[in-house]
Amino acid sequence: MAPSELLINYLPILVFLVIAGGMSIAMIAGSLLAGIRKPDSEKLSAYECGFDAFSNARSKFDVRYYLVTLLFIIFDLEIAFLFPWAVTLGKIGMFGFWSMMGFLGILTVGFIYEWKKGGLDWE
Amino acid sequence: MVVQALAFYLFAVVLVLSALMVITARNPVHSVLFLILAFFNAAGLFVLLGAEFIGMILVIVYVGAVAVLFLFVVMMLDINFSDLRKGAMQFVPIGLLIGGILLFELGTLYATWQFAPAVQEKLAAAASVAIEADNTKALGEILYTKYFLPFQMAGMILFVAMIGAIVLTLRHRPGVRRQKVSLQHARRAEDVLEIQKVPSGTGV
Repeated sequence: MAPSELLINYLPILVFLVIAGGMSIAMIAGSLLAGIRKPDSEKLSAYECGFDAFSNARSKFDVRYYLVTLLFIIFDLEIAFLFPWAVTLGKIGMFGFWSMMGFLGILTVGFIYEWKKGGLDWE
Repeated sequence: MVVQALAFYLFAVVLVLSALMVITARNPVHSVLFLILAFFNAAGLFVLLGAEFIGMILVIVYVGAVAVLFLFVVMMLDINFSDLRKGAMQFVPIGLLIGGILLFELGTLYATWQFAPAVQEKLAAAASVAIEADNTKALGEILYTKYFLPFQMAGMILFVAMIGAIVLTLRHRPGVRRQKVSLQHARRAEDVLEIQKVPSGTGV
């Protein structure tokens, strides 16, 4: 497919982007221009069910979230590799098929390791 | 064509501006959000180039996973970033020095860069594959067979990343009671239940 032919398919998305961007800018600009603003310290402070906020909203996250997202990224990439493979499976023959099986096998070894080590458990 | 050029300038300008905001925003969480905006605009640029598969993968992998990872990392650091910035001014000279050296190296590289003579025809050959078939198909036809070795190496790198992440961050806390489904299923009523006949008026 020629690039311009391909880009016609994306025209609705561009139209959508322009409408969405224009509307959000119009809403923010409209409230900036037309809204009545009389800020005071009570209005600007953080609201937490009517009492003073106990602590900072930035609390420290557990390092286990990192492990979960990193493992997610790896399997996300694995799926990204699967898409072109699935589309061209008829053309690339047995070699292409087993090439992907080897790739999946390597990652499955990692998956088994992760499962056995308890990386998937949330204590 | 005009729409294409306009879209290119829109994406490029927003990309550069949001990349600037990534390094100048005071709040690191805002930096990550601007990074996500930069990823989206880069995906738009890829689609404009005709590389729609790469553009979509950029959205799925970078926006969907890497940016979330960055957010978690930022949330994990227990650092007061305004304190961190206080002493930063004293490092400006050495930062400028290193930045200047890098800029100089990039400049010399750019000035003396020249393509090998065969590059043009090879580029044309690669582009013809991409134009004839769909983007995803063109990738699939060569990635798993012609580029077998890099593909398997990518798998090994992902594998090493997985093992490394587990080894570095997995900590088992002592004294945590976990659910063991097999034990729960193996439990029989006879082992744990006992029926006592209690005569009335005596209590247990």
